[in-house]
Amino acid sequence: MNSVTPLLWRKALRNVPLVGATIFAALIAGAGAALAQEAGLGAPFDWQMGFQEPASPVMRDIIDFHNFMLWLITIIVIFVLGLMLYIMFRFNAKSNPVPSKNTHNTLLEVIWTVVPIIILVVMAVPSFRLLYQNDVVPTPTSVADLYGVDVSGEITLKATGLQWAWEYEYVDNGVFLFSSCLYGPDYWCFGGEAPEGAHRLLETDNPVVVPVNTLVKVQVTAAAVIHAWAVPAFGVKIDAVPGRLNETWFVAERIGTYYGQCSELCGQYHSYMPIQVNVVSQEDYDAWMAGQLAAMQPDRLKAPTTEFAQQGITPRRALAIAPDLAN
Amino acid sequence: MTETTAGAHEAHGTPTGWRRWLYSTNHKDIGTLYLIFAVVFGIVGGLMSVIMRMELQAPGMDVIWGDSSTQEHTFNVLVTGHGLIMVFFMIMPAFIGGFGNWMVPLMIGAPDMAFPRMNNFSFWILIPSALLLVGSTVIGDGAGTGWTVYAPLSTIGMTGPSVDMAILALHLAGASSIMASINFITTIFNMRAPGMTLHKMPLFVWSILITVFLLLLSLPVLAGAITMLLTDRNFGTAFFDASQGGDPLLYQHLFWFFGHPEVYVLILPSFGVISHVVSTFSRKPIFGYLGMAYAMVAIGAVGFIVWAHHMYTAGMGVDTEAYFLAATLVIAVPTGVKIFSWIATMWGGSLTFETPMLWAMGMIFLFVLGGVTGVVLANSGLTTAFHDTAYVVGHFHYVMSMGAMFGIFAGFYYWVGKMTGHQYPEKLGQWHFWITMVGVNLTFFPMHFSGLAGMPRRIADYPDAYAGWNLISSYGAYISFAAALFFLYVVYRTFKSDEKLEANYWGEGATTLEWSVPSPAPHHTHEAPPTVR
Repeated sequence: MNSVTPLLWRKALRNVPLVGATIFAALIAGAGAALAQEAGLGAPFDWQMGFQEPASPVMRDIIDFHNFMLWLITIIVIFVLGLMLYIMFRFNAKSNPVPSKNTHNTLLEVIWTVVPIIILVVMAVPSFRLLYQNDVVPTPTSVADLYGVDVSGEITLKATGLQWAWEYEYVDNGVFLFSSCLYGPDYWCFGGEAPEGAHRLLETDNPVVVPVNTLVKVQVTAAAVIHAWAVPAFGVKIDAVPGRLNETWFVAERIGTYYGQCSELCGQYHSYMPIQVNVVSQEDYDAWMAGQLAAMQPDRLKAPTTEFAQQGITPRRALAIAPDLAN
Repeated sequence: MTETTAGAHEAHGTPTGWRRWLYSTNHKDIGTLYLIFAVVFGIVGGLMSVIMRMELQAPGMDVIWGDSSTQEHTFNVLVTGHGLIMVFFMIMPAFIGGFGNWMVPLMIGAPDMAFPRMNNFSFWILIPSALLLVGSTVIGDGAGTGWTVYAPLSTIGMTGPSVDMAILALHLAGASSIMASINFITTIFNMRAPGMTLHKMPLFVWSILITVFLLLLSLPVLAGAITMLLTDRNFGTAFFDASQGGDPLLYQHLFWFFGHPEVYVLILPSFGVISHVVSTFSRKPIFGYLGMAYAMVAIGAVGFIVWAHHMYTAGMGVDTEAYFLAATLVIAVPTGVKIFSWIATMWGGSLTFETPMLWAMGMIFLFVLGGVTGVVLANSGLTTAFHDTAYVVGHFHYVMSMGAMFGIFAGFYYWVGKMTGHQYPEKLGQWHFWITMVGVNLTFFPMHFSGLAGMPRRIADYPDAYAGWNLISSYGAYISFAAALFFLYVVYRTFKSDEKLEANYWGEGATTLEWSVPSPAPHHTHEAPPTVR
């Protein structure tokens, strides 16, 4: 044993490049394996390697364009890797003891300047189209024209980033929601116990509810510091900046629950301000909205607790923050 | 007194003891100080990343000390410290202060830098800067703003002295870099040996020249931005306070007008080093020298007009985004020229794979990997999926932690014999490379996956679904840090080696002027300018 181990070591040491290259190749191969995974809907799943399942036409376009880009960059990387491996075997000192002195080749230099330019131009065309379609807030009709999605109406949702929660206003009917990462007796989700099967750090106490196949315009701002409102499955992410009202949009095509997280460092509890959007049928949405409105009867709005009043919080908002207290 | 008068002649001897270092005006000694500084802070910054990775190894807040009233903030402080230290106190001192100081005068045939005393000041002002930054983590609550120090999180969002100290640290580091930049520009423009025209200048000198121009033009903008932060924080101004008519986005524009050239400051010297190493171990002159030099000029120039691609989700307006998308894609062209020229340099060469060459080839491949994900990120249409996710962290660590740091290691193994007179142990150097190679890829490749799956960056705790890839990343980080400690052992073994080195120990492939002076380079070199054909 004592004699064998140092021998192995010495052997390994002699073949450092070989051993190293083998380990590295094995790693790359392992990482590349099992790319074909079933995507989850609305939330990430264990060992996920790609995008979440798309739930909006924009996200479908993003995934299509990214797949195109992924092919492109994979080919480029493999091309460079291939050239380097060929060079290592063909032009090492043993195979090629006398180096050439070739330092110029105008044609070659023109080619490797022009070909990348062509590739970039080819790439830029769909990229610009994606950008303009994604970024410019459409009307229900233009969504139908652009994506062939049958869109019924539109609603406007205002999201305000707070440290560390989201406040939502359904601008069309004045309903407020205060949506935080709230479980158990402690205020923050890391304090209490999440229910069985819950998506820890993703679920909120008051999810946003929107109807399916409806143009949802999202106006985003923040109270004190910058946050970002993001839902990966919709392909939506926009900064919430104090003093600005940024606007984005989505059309959710599938009923379900979708999660996102604050995507701009906003201080200590940045990790704990998730976004949960429940996409429901139009009837369910109408029923939910009626319930929200009913809960906001004027007599219930008249009696804010002194605590809220001292903080300058309006009755309607107090109700949103803590319905039981306000009542 | 007698010493002073007698010193008029003896001042050119080697000073000894602490005076040699504290009072140093010698470009080699100052370069050595910078390199030591970079190694020390590389370990400090690395330790911070190890703590972050330990926290992220599993869901939940289990590792960072304190309770839920401070843990997450401490994590953010580590994020901030790691970023600032690696940028300002590791990569920049190693490349510009370390290799730049050592090699630029040697390569252009100059006896020293143009302003030796300012050179001394440039280094020693970094010490209070570093003390302020390290101090900011222990005095007050710590600066948990990220290295970008975005307002209003850095103004109304974080009270106490920490952020002020971090800002002042940046000011001092900036002053240090501006002085160094002036020094390098003057040296390179005025002190080249007769016959060395700009178009005969070694590519590493080109890379430093372009780098310091970027610093000189961008750092004052950072200084302005962070001064406005200081006055917003302390003196009631409201440059970035929307409630008083200020604009938080103004800060982002100012920061990234500095920040984007800054990331090229980190990578360009690496390009320079890699060119030398590739040419040396291919035993061939560099392919397309002029193209290589002007590709760097182009990267530097275009680097100034792409800054807002860091702000795609800020709500800039679609036409602005479209412009920055187009401008950003343009950078891929000169970068491609560099990659292909390196490959063409190796093509037809007679390659050997000593440690510096391993780092150089590793850098080229991994930089391509990080570069192509950069092209993906340039597309602002994709930004709603990618912005502020772990994918971005993976991307920029491929170009920084591999592109820049591999360049530093390539340069270290390439020049350590020239600088110290001690040759590194070849096998150990190769082990260092391969351990690092495995470690960094394990760390950063999975970040692409978790980023695609939606994991935001800079979060202290994450939804359980991201646990798998984060575990792999954490193991990778431990391996990488072990490799960094192993590097210290390699350095120790290097200094123990008593192998006698020739002036040009790399042989026919190494053609620049630093190989014409003995190894180790004596205290004074090129006292009479060499002739350049």
